[in-house]
Amino acid sequence: MATDPRRKPEQSRGANRARSAWREQAESYLTHHRKVARDSAQRLWHTPVASLMTWTVMGVALALPVALLLLLTSLQGVSAGWESSARVTAYIDLDVPLEQARELRGEMAADGRVASVELVDRDQALKEFRASSGLEDALDYLEENPLPHTLLVTPEESARSAEGVEALVRFMEGMEGVERVQVDLGWLQRLNAMTDLLARAVWALAILLAAAVVLVIGNTVRLSIESRRDEILVAKLVGGTDGFVRRPFLYTGAWFGLGGGVVALILLQLSLWWLSGPIERLAGLYRSDFSLNGLNFDGALALIIVAMLLGWLGAWVAVKRHLDDMEPGDIAGG
Amino acid sequence: MIEFRQVTKRYDSDHTALRQVNFGLERGELAFLTGHSGAGKSTLLKLIMVMERPTAGEVIVGGQVLNRLPRRQIPYIRRHIGVVFQNHQLLFDRTVFDNVAMPLEVMGASPRDTGRRVRAALDKVGLLNKEKMNPMQLSGGEQQRVGIARAVVNKPPVLLADEPTGNLDPALSSDIMNLFGQFSQVGVTVLIATHDIALINEMGRRTLTLDHGRLTAAGAPDTGGVSGH
Ligand SMILES: Nc1ncnc2c1ncn2[C@@H]1O[C@H](COP(=O)(O)OP(=O)(O)O)[C@@H](O)[C@H]1O
Ligand SMILES: [Mg+2]
Repeated sequence: MATDPRRKPEQSRGANRARSAWREQAESYLTHHRKVARDSAQRLWHTPVASLMTWTVMGVALALPVALLLLLTSLQGVSAGWESSARVTAYIDLDVPLEQARELRGEMAADGRVASVELVDRDQALKEFRASSGLEDALDYLEENPLPHTLLVTPEESARSAEGVEALVRFMEGMEGVERVQVDLGWLQRLNAMTDLLARAVWALAILLAAAVVLVIGNTVRLSIESRRDEILVAKLVGGTDGFVRRPFLYTGAWFGLGGGVVALILLQLSLWWLSGPIERLAGLYRSDFSLNGLNFDGALALIIVAMLLGWLGAWVAVKRHLDDMEPGDIAGG
Repeated sequence: MIEFRQVTKRYDSDHTALRQVNFGLERGELAFLTGHSGAGKSTLLKLIMVMERPTAGEVIVGGQVLNRLPRRQIPYIRRHIGVVFQNHQLLFDRTVFDNVAMPLEVMGASPRDTGRRVRAALDKVGLLNKEKMNPMQLSGGEQQRVGIARAVVNKPPVLLADEPTGNLDPALSSDIMNLFGQFSQVGVTVLIATHDIALINEMGRRTLTLDHGRLTAAGAPDTGGVSGH
């Protein structure tokens, strides 16, 4: 008989059966999980075009927000050094003569918080403005120079914090002869303010796309549930628990997630490679240390895990809606 | 083993499929359930499987009252009840072996146990040499026997059959019935719904008759199955 060779170990095992029972249970549970996982993966493999399409949809939906987040992180990295570009401009009262302006400059230069001061006298300023604005003719109509003397102050390293700069500004505003003080933080600070807003927008987009991913996977898994209806009904008929009948579909969802995550990584890597040339040139133009960083290993792993969780969640939604209330009643026959 | 107490089943529409049905089946007893089409035979079996819940009365299987059974306990009850249907519900995407193995797979039996028990069940129905085939390659009678092997593979104390011989010729039918007889010999409670009167007469077993949902004849408890054991 076919079972004969299997009888012997069965009997010798009898003595310690009780002890090893739970172990065997756990083992067969793991075996079952492995089998279901493998089986679900193979099913995806057997419909390569459909699976690839789902993976791609998911990959695009995941890659987009991740790319934007990477870009933002890179921008924030740049703007972390914005203080170095901070410059304080003090406009001196129009009626202050050049001598007094020079004195103010000396006073400022002596301040411990100030690295350097440059005085731009009003004649020089007008000349520069004339040259750069192209308004020469119009300026000729002006009876007198409307521009004041200006002090361009670069704060000392230690004073470049937001509070430091603010204190410096207050101090300069209190100086005799200074009309107005303006902090020119340059485009980097504006960018910094904007990245906050952008970050929120990107997160909102990410959440929307994640919801879309869950729905796409949910729908795909729903189709898979429909196509395996007989199997589900029989499993329920012979005493399969909800967990048992759900399991293959949850694995299917997770595998969709894995594929989607991998596609997302590939898309990210490709676009990074495609963009790296222009970005380097652009950063060179701005003499910026800006560089677009890809995902590191941890990041890639996190992306894959999140993708699998989303896939699993999508499958869970489908299973909850379409599987749990499937009852074998109708196959029993009238 | 199985007991119905004043069981009434009404479907959503005010159509009553079973009216105040009372009967009991002992361990190892084999009984037929008969009646016209639409009499409520399938409904009665579904109540035992907890595929349907009674509108009133109590269904008791193995000492357990099924009415108040929480949903998540249902699978564990079903593991103790083997079922065979006319449309045998085999899966054509897997082998005979894998079909029969399903109740064991669901229970998380080890591969070694599964192999042993599936072969024992297939041996019992005389299909040991067909384990690797697809059920589609088998004849109607063989398919029905695969269904029976699947129903008994985990040695359930209760075996239900709904029109198990519905589309088989008489010789095959009595083969199948003999098989059921053998299970009752080893202590399995067997309840077979059929309207094949000739077959019932041939077997000479206890017969429950339904007429428009009412149990008109319940016969006497007949424990011949275990007494010979
Ligand atoms: N799910 C259902 N919903 C509504 N009515 C049903 C349902 N199942 C069966 N019935 C009705 O209950 C009655 C008994 O059906 P059934 O138990 O299948 O009878 P049998 O198996 O004896 O032919 C029939 O009149 C049938 O129409
Ligand atoms: Mg019926």
